[in-house]
Amino acid sequence: MTADGSRPRPDTGPLWFLAELTYRCPLQCAYCSNPVDFARYKEELSTEEWCRVLAEARALGAVQLGFSGGEPLVRQDLEVLVAEGRRLGFYSNLITSGIGMNAERLAALKEAGLDHVQISFQADNALLSDYVAGAAQFDKKVEMAREIQRQGYPMVLNVVLHKGNIDRIDSILQMAADLEADYVELANTQYHGWALVNRAALMPSMDQLSHAEEIANQWRERMEGRMRIYYIWSDYYEGRPKPCMNGWGTTFIGVAPDGSAIPCHGAAGLPGPPPPSVREHDLAWIWRESELFNRYRGEDWMQEPCRSCPERKKDFGGCRCQAYHLTGDAEATDPTCSLSPLHHLVTEAVDGAEGRTVVEEKPLILRNPRNSKDLAKGTEQRPISRLMEELEDR
Amino acid sequence: MTHAALDDRITLAHGVRLQWEPTQECNVLLYPEGMVQLNQSASTILELCDGRRVVDILKTLNEQFPDAEDLEDDVRAFLEDAYDRGWIQTKA
Repeated sequence: MTADGSRPRPDTGPLWFLAELTYRCPLQCAYCSNPVDFARYKEELSTEEWCRVLAEARALGAVQLGFSGGEPLVRQDLEVLVAEGRRLGFYSNLITSGIGMNAERLAALKEAGLDHVQISFQADNALLSDYVAGAAQFDKKVEMAREIQRQGYPMVLNVVLHKGNIDRIDSILQMAADLEADYVELANTQYHGWALVNRAALMPSMDQLSHAEEIANQWRERMEGRMRIYYIWSDYYEGRPKPCMNGWGTTFIGVAPDGSAIPCHGAAGLPGPPPPSVREHDLAWIWRESELFNRYRGEDWMQEPCRSCPERKKDFGGCRCQAYHLTGDAEATDPTCSLSPLHHLVTEAVDGAEGRTVVEEKPLILRNPRNSKDLAKGTEQRPISRLMEELEDR
Repeated sequence: MTHAALDDRITLAHGVRLQWEPTQECNVLLYPEGMVQLNQSASTILELCDGRRVVDILKTLNEQFPDAEDLEDDVRAFLEDAYDRGWIQTKA
């Protein structure tokens, strides 16, 4: 704490600006990281509002710009926003499912200055892919990945791994190689948002994760110099929490479709005052002065065991959203940490995935407006763990 | 890259951009979803990776820094490292 009792203010700006243009999406992936209550987001920012916010983010020092959603291609003004991002000097990344894309639009985005496309794949085949995404879309994705490549964009192919597709990793990497991806991100599901709701149906065993990593390593050697492969573990299995957002309010700033400014993807779901809106404040004030961006800056908020732990310099106490949704306390040590007194909340889930305890088979709850409204019934904000208990009781 | 041949033409890798960032007061290298801050020497070398041959990069640097010792070895080691990191590519 400083002399006047306030938290230290940041002396640097963010580097990463994420524009969540819309939560509308043609897919319904059961592991989506969007807020579970996304259906309540109305009144998306206008083109003019986004342009103003982009300029404010750039002036703060942000240089990487992500356009995501939902599906950002749903926004018909995407080309305008990409051009504005380029003019301001951002490096722009389009994070897309590829649905809503066509060759003309891709060319127009290139003309507008788009630097890179990250396209998501659910699996290496239509059956599994369409099942998890709740829509027939696999063939379209393949077609668009080829077009992205043909038009000379650097292409990142992103695959979220879970119980249903992780054993197909060899075929998935073969597909990525055939599509000539420059980078492949094999990201094990992080259990936030919809993925937490569907955790029991999605979690693979530790053996599955290790085996998949071995295969990824073999491909990395084989593809050296042609395709870079990143394999990302889930923090549930590691006993160490992730250094979430590289520290709260240090690197990342996101803006949700309705203008809520957030220090991480899930921050709108934390208890407390609602996030500051870019409709009411400029981004510099939000970054430096707002309560939300200062809430978990630095270390003053930490509880034991984080407060006196040397690891806090590396992991910043882990993820606030995970702490809240699993323990009910947003200031608790992230329970994925083996030092957390509530670590059993995580090991019990892993035990279920390992088959050491009996877990009832449940259907996937797909990410769509109907399920969103159903899950987020009532106005009281509550952790997803409680929400799931309520769901059991219904 | 094991050894950068003197005749290899070097450019920044596909999708990599070098630009000055006023708020960071340095040149940065930008690539999909990532960034590195460049120190003065890395920045000077990478600015020359515009399709010219390794031998011409060395010639230019020798003219700019006539007193630098081991310049050629240092630059070639840097280029190899930069290649392994995916920052630069060779052009046929």
